[in-house]
Amino acid sequence: MNALTLTLVFVALLALAVLSVRWLAAFDEHSMVGRFGTPLLFGAWVLVFWQIGVDVFDVPRVLLPAPSLIGHALVTSLPVLADDFAQTVLHSALIGLVAGCALGFVVGVLIDRSPFLQRGLLPLASLASAVPLIGIAPIMVMWFGFDWHSKAAVVVIMTVFPMLVNTLAGLAESGHMERDLMRSYGASYWRTLFSLRIPVALPFVFNALKINSTLAMIGAIVAEFFGSPVSGLGFRISTEAARLNMGLVWAAILVAALAGSVLYGVLGWVERRATFWHPSIRSGG
Amino acid sequence: MASTEARSLWWRAGPVLVVGAVLLAIWYAAAVWLNAPQVIERTLSSQPDWGATDLIRLTLNMDRPVLPAPHQIVLDLVDSIFGWPIDSPRNLLFHAAVTSSATLLGFVMGTLLGAVLAVLIVHSRTLERSLFPWIIASQTVPVLAIAPIVIVILGSIGLTGLFPKSIISMYLCFFPVAVALVKGLRSPGVMELELLHTYAASRSHTFWKLRVPASLPFLFPSLRVGIAAGLVGAIVGELPTGAQAGLGARLLTGSYYGNTVQIWSALVMSALLGLVLTGAVAFAERALTPGGRK
Repeated sequence: MNALTLTLVFVALLALAVLSVRWLAAFDEHSMVGRFGTPLLFGAWVLVFWQIGVDVFDVPRVLLPAPSLIGHALVTSLPVLADDFAQTVLHSALIGLVAGCALGFVVGVLIDRSPFLQRGLLPLASLASAVPLIGIAPIMVMWFGFDWHSKAAVVVIMTVFPMLVNTLAGLAESGHMERDLMRSYGASYWRTLFSLRIPVALPFVFNALKINSTLAMIGAIVAEFFGSPVSGLGFRISTEAARLNMGLVWAAILVAALAGSVLYGVLGWVERRATFWHPSIRSGG
Repeated sequence: MASTEARSLWWRAGPVLVVGAVLLAIWYAAAVWLNAPQVIERTLSSQPDWGATDLIRLTLNMDRPVLPAPHQIVLDLVDSIFGWPIDSPRNLLFHAAVTSSATLLGFVMGTLLGAVLAVLIVHSRTLERSLFPWIIASQTVPVLAIAPIVIVILGSIGLTGLFPKSIISMYLCFFPVAVALVKGLRSPGVMELELLHTYAASRSHTFWKLRVPASLPFLFPSLRVGIAAGLVGAIVGELPTGAQAGLGARLLTGSYYGNTVQIWSALVMSALLGLVLTGAVAFAERALTPGGRK
């Protein structure tokens, strides 16, 4: 094939890609095709052009490995990556996420009763959002060792403040009318808390959970750059990048990305189930 | 008047001060408690009779404590800032300047990228449907995981120093800006849009006179999030390369040599830098949106 036919094929493919994505995008917004088909097709076309681009222009593997190479690395090193997944996601990120969110929520509920503590802690907790908390990682690695405990500790520190701030905001969300109604029922503090205020606070809590799911993955992976046993996605990425084994690096990134997306998706699904009454969910259909 | 003002100041600042003081006290207690085993093992066990005062004095002034006392960190900070010339690698302000220049470059690039994406998405239904879900998906992935690769890749084509780090900052910055701007540019209601339609306003007029001003209240909070995220990106970008300068490099060398005071003072410095950067954005917000923020 000469250059002209190649260019023609390329232009035809490009036209096909644009037309097919436009065609799918015109589908009804609420149908499965319209909601999931369009981004999926767009992603598939990106992969196709990525592969073509890497093959045609002979891009160095270090710069950008072809999707096929990444897929190959993913399949051949599946046991290694499964081990890394268990270390980073199941141990560091998830345990840290659960502990940090539980701590933030419980502290939020407790100090909600004391306006003094609220006014004292809330500004400090909001300041924490401007501070690169990830820097605590080397200290945690020194204190808790190389294994997943230190990473979970980093995740706890990163996730506790968003949860605290959002819990307090959520608990303040229930109006005077509703609280007065509960009081006229003779409901106790705890009854009001569980039947009214926590359910009303749930959208805020889920918001914090979703923010924290991303933070947890970041914390767990970055903390591994400061020292780690011989497994973990962050460890894999940094060591294989140093060895220029880019296929495996991108495969590890892919695993991390999928894990993060699945975590986020699951939280979103639970949120729609738990806060079905909220306007933002109702109108979303 | 003065007394009510003083009272409201106390009402606002008092609890923060009290909580801060309590945290500081807890910190000192924790420093004594955490450092005690090492002190006892290394120095005190050889002396026959030692009291609580010896223990406290030694635990709060260790060379490489498990947890340094706050005054040690402050002394280290002051010593590094005032004890060395500003361009010396021992001066933390030098490292802060390196990190903040990478942050700011990345912040500017990320804001521009986010704005361009948002404008494209608002004006094209196809792009909205195909691109927007991927912008969101791009953030559910741990973007910082890509930091070492970006550094290696850009290093292999000869780009080193400031630019690779700011790419990482950019990646973290563009998302909040893009999402908030899409929301903000869409915030004008049917009423406003139809009014401009009756004025026979062109598309670009509608954009500049209505959509852009309406998006500002959405833009600034996302800029504050963006610059904080960008700082994290720049710091993490300094980790994998064995970078010579920057707060991330300070953290890494501190952790290599077990120099805890150095880690903590770099940490405090990056916290201060984060506060200064978000404070600057908040200041710009107040200056640019008269009538106060939402």
